[in-house]
Amino acid sequence: MTRKQRRMAFVGLGMLALFAAAALVLSAFTDNLVFFYSPTDLIAKHVPEGRRLRIGGLVEKGSVVKEGTTVHFVITDLTTQTPVSFTGLLPDLFREGQGVVAEGKLGPGGVFLASNVLAKHDEKYMPPEVADALKKSGQWQGDKDKGQGNKGK
Amino acid sequence: MIPEIGHFALILALFVAIVQASVPLIGASRGNTAWAGVARPAAVAQFVFVATAFGALMHSYIVSDFSVKNVADNSHTDKPLLYKIAGVWSNHEGSLILWITILAVFGLALALAGRNLPPALRARTLAVQAMISVGFLLFILLTSNPFARLDPAPLNGRGMNPLLQDPGLAFHPPMLYLGYVGFSMAFSFAIAALIEGRVDAAWARWVRPWTLAAWIFLTLGIALGSWWAYYTLGWGGWWYWDPVENASFIPWLAGTALLHSAIVVEKRDSLKAWTILLAIVAFSLSLVGTFLVRSGVLTSVHAFASDPTRGVFVLALLAVTIGGSLILFAMRAPALQAGGVFAPVSREGGLLVNNLFLSAAAATVLLGTLYPLFADALDLGKVSVGAPFFNATFVPMMAPLIVVMGVGPLLSWKRGDLSGALQRLIAAMVATAAAIATVWLVSGRSVGSLEAAFGLGLAIWLLAATAVEYAERIRLFREPLAASLHRAATLPRSAHGMSLAHAGLAVAIAGIAGATAWDQESVNSLRPGAVTTLAGYDIVFQGVEPVRGPNYTSVRANIAVSRQGHAVADLHPERRQYANPPMPTTTAAIYSNGVSDLYVAIGDTDGGGATVVRVYFKPMVPLLWYGAALLSLGGLVSLSDRRHRVGAPTGKRRPASQTGA
Repeated sequence: MTRKQRRMAFVGLGMLALFAAAALVLSAFTDNLVFFYSPTDLIAKHVPEGRRLRIGGLVEKGSVVKEGTTVHFVITDLTTQTPVSFTGLLPDLFREGQGVVAEGKLGPGGVFLASNVLAKHDEKYMPPEVADALKKSGQWQGDKDKGQGNKGK
Repeated sequence: MIPEIGHFALILALFVAIVQASVPLIGASRGNTAWAGVARPAAVAQFVFVATAFGALMHSYIVSDFSVKNVADNSHTDKPLLYKIAGVWSNHEGSLILWITILAVFGLALALAGRNLPPALRARTLAVQAMISVGFLLFILLTSNPFARLDPAPLNGRGMNPLLQDPGLAFHPPMLYLGYVGFSMAFSFAIAALIEGRVDAAWARWVRPWTLAAWIFLTLGIALGSWWAYYTLGWGGWWYWDPVENASFIPWLAGTALLHSAIVVEKRDSLKAWTILLAIVAFSLSLVGTFLVRSGVLTSVHAFASDPTRGVFVLALLAVTIGGSLILFAMRAPALQAGGVFAPVSREGGLLVNNLFLSAAAATVLLGTLYPLFADALDLGKVSVGAPFFNATFVPMMAPLIVVMGVGPLLSWKRGDLSGALQRLIAAMVATAAAIATVWLVSGRSVGSLEAAFGLGLAIWLLAATAVEYAERIRLFREPLAASLHRAATLPRSAHGMSLAHAGLAVAIAGIAGATAWDQESVNSLRPGAVTTLAGYDIVFQGVEPVRGPNYTSVRANIAVSRQGHAVADLHPERRQYANPPMPTTTAAIYSNGVSDLYVAIGDTDGGGATVVRVYFKPMVPLLWYGAALLSLGGLVSLSDRRHRVGAPTGKRRPASQTGA
């Protein structure tokens, strides 16, 4: 092989690898993208049962019911509510009135069957999607919290 | 007073950095040695000023000076000393100070240690380092001053996030930053070489140890973070493909590619432009990583409260650094002289394949990590890209790489003998086939066990091929043992390093495959005295008791673990409630027999006295930590190679192009 042919062989190999990678990425994207919905979206967009998705909002006060290792609670964006059921141990910072993101699918009767409730490391943290969902429903009060923060203790 | 000294020292550091970024460049291009010589003392001065600022902030934390806003926001008097110190980098401002301090340390090291470097190259490299300093110092001074005061000072601070009050996480950020910032050295060398217009074997030899050091720190930093997540979050996971984790993993992939392509530049004087590009990309990705974690633009399980208002400055900094260096690259790279002829089947061919796969993998992970941002910006809906995406793309890209990794080191430079190499690997192939068949048959012939068999097969293949390569090198069993041992003793350290690191990756892959396939879990609501069984262990829940820690109260469970009637361990998982800030955390208890872990965490106790007890059987997870340790050890041994330590032959440095500086 001449030098040029060799180089072309390498370029060809590189392109091939690139195409393979692109094909992998595209097929993985179509199967594995998980869309986020607020409780209002969930009803407005008629999301089919069984599709994997995330929902987020606040955990409604007084809605948490524990049955052994299964937990039932309600996620709200303060205009619409979605009942959620989850089996497993909830993250430490899960509590009523706080922002939460749950991943899972819509089951029969409009109950969201969560397979994973996202933990946070910091109680000041609000998932951006939840903040947006609250802003959309006109219930966002986050900036008020910030003002308090600056006062110190 | 001391915080003001720190603030003032930062301002002085900025002015020194401005001088260091400009004067040596002019001096180097005009051949004015006095001007070029400014770089070294300036780097020393910059280190002194930045270290003063870092020391001042640390002092404020140690004495709990709550008149400093940063301390009041992130510390508390009841914290143990270790976490007062770790508190310095637990927040945005402090972590930037840590960042810039490490940058100054690297600058100092280059100023003091790089004695055999040509003065012009060193002056330029230090100048580029200083440009990065200028950007970061401006960022700190204009938007994130850690020395801002509070008046009146609060009586006590607001405390540090309890999850961070952990030895693993006290050292995780410094390690990670040593890695990120370490890549700035490769970056600075690359920019200096582009300005100079020449890249040769000697250049690669100078860049390699810095890249290697950064890579070791990054490896350790990622492993520490993963270990921390495993044992503190109470859900027993060690990798989630979470944006924050990916942010550290993408630079690691690029850095690993850089490490290997620099070998080709050194040995074969080839792949030069590509190596320069990788150096730029590795550092750029480190910058992106630093800011992704702190900006809060992505939803992450590891996200901490963050302030996106600084976003514009960050974007500008990224645009200038990445854009500027890529423009310089585009202008100067074509002038770099092409290197030696490249045969597809050769050591350099193997290294090229390594680079191809690693960069494709890095690009994929980057795409998956940033896609939610693009989708949001283009109004395609809010999406998240989770572990399934990364598993579906990353694993198929890594598998062929591991296969090639077994063969590559056996090929010689310039023209390799593929069939000869494969013949020598027959034993490794047999071992791999046997491993796959055994695992498949033993573990129930399901789809899951096929994955495990495949993963373990890859691990065995890599381990065996690495062993074969090492044995070939020392001519084990072909010569008397004494002669082989003598060969092993005289082998360059970098060869030992490579074998160790490759074996480490094999061990880690085995850990990943085993932990993914044979993970078992049981969640039960148990009353005191109740027994649950998992993976052959009998777990007796004996009840909970309250415990007091230095700055928390805790509910601690007593759990006795036995196996076939023999007591194995007493485990004490806790649920802690910290006082400042008020926040609960889970502390898992782990019994490890060195190959697999039994992992126990507790949840709430209900009114009837039953406690949720979660037990995981985590087979082979410890192999992950051994693998990471071996990888770092391999890097360390390679770093101690003679040719990095002792000045090494300077080589012939020839002007590579008509456009020389």
